[in-house]
Amino acid sequence: MPQLNIADFPPQLVWLAISFVILYFLMAKLAIPGISDVLESRQNRISSDLEEARRLSEDADKAKADYERALAEARAKAHGIVSELKASMAKEQDASKAELDAKLAKKAQAAEASIRDAKETALSHVREIAADTAKSAVAKLVAFDVSDKDVEAAVASSMKGDA
Amino acid sequence: MASEHSPLAQFEIKRLVPMDVGGLDVSFTNASLFMVIAIAAITLFLTWSMRGRAMVPGRMQSMAEISYEFIANMIKDNVGSDGRKYFPFIFTLFMFVLFCNLLGMIPYTFTVTSQIIVTFALAALVFVGVTIIGIVRHGFKFLTFFVPSGVPVVLLIILVPIEVISYFVRPISLSVRLFANMLAGHTLLKVFGGFVVSLGIYLGWLPLGFIVVLTGLEFLVAFLQAYVFAILSCLYLNDALHLHH
Repeated sequence: MPQLNIADFPPQLVWLAISFVILYFLMAKLAIPGISDVLESRQNRISSDLEEARRLSEDADKAKADYERALAEARAKAHGIVSELKASMAKEQDASKAELDAKLAKKAQAAEASIRDAKETALSHVREIAADTAKSAVAKLVAFDVSDKDVEAAVASSMKGDA
Repeated sequence: MASEHSPLAQFEIKRLVPMDVGGLDVSFTNASLFMVIAIAAITLFLTWSMRGRAMVPGRMQSMAEISYEFIANMIKDNVGSDGRKYFPFIFTLFMFVLFCNLLGMIPYTFTVTSQIIVTFALAALVFVGVTIIGIVRHGFKFLTFFVPSGVPVVLLIILVPIEVISYFVRPISLSVRLFANMLAGHTLLKVFGGFVVSLGIYLGWLPLGFIVVLTGLEFLVAFLQAYVFAILSCLYLNDALHLHH
């Protein structure tokens, strides 16, 4: 086996030592710091991005809570306004209704009174007309003047009989 | 000519630039060449892919980041937080073994990790380093690592030598595992490649199909052995740091 040729050992050991030491320093001073810098900065970037994302999400949560509170407040306020308005409108309506009722009642009373007056007037006129008519009818039938007093008494008695 | 076609010829060391320093042979060999290519490829891969430093990584940057996180998680899971300072070493070890394994998968290249002396040197580095860390951290208490707790004294006479042997066998098992996997895979590919040629146009398709499947398997082995090498180093490091038993 050529690997066991002792004469070949020294040059291999010497060059192994040289190349391994050079490689060690190249790795330790050049390659490893280069890679670890990049990995570290990526890690920092990721954690700062995560931090930023968490902050933003907290902000959003806060804004949402604020908005909801404002919305609830506005809703409560609107509700209050509406119910107040409803109450005042109902009161106004009640008042105007009562007023109207009173006016109508008054008008109805007035109308009733005027109807009664008219009726009475009419009735009294009916009596006069009836008396006149009866008087003239009697005069034509029997050709004598009946005194107004008698006619009226007769009319009254006949109307009573009618009634 | 015969040795050129031997399945083991691919593992031969060729001195590209013969050099000698004070009697020590420091020739630049084909193995040296592929070690240099590996470290250049690793450095290029990890710096070129990260050049955009993109917040959202592309494909190449993802690969570099995944390699980093793979080893970082391996250390975190197997060693714990005090293993962090050994991250550059484990990372270098993993990337070196992985790239040597993968470069070896390219035809006509040389597989550095198929050399027992290379894998043994890496394993010995891990073993010696971990042992020193254990002794520096725990002093004489490090020796209690070889004494399993809650065991009758009589049994300790047998168990302590077993523990000591198993500890000192670690660099051998670690290095031979990687070396043998690479050696076996590449030898098998070469042997079946020879079959393709010798069986000719009619029957040669069978070993060729086998080579295709085996190549896929060897890529898996290349990753797996780099992973095993790194994770065992982590476990040894964990033993030295925390003296588990």
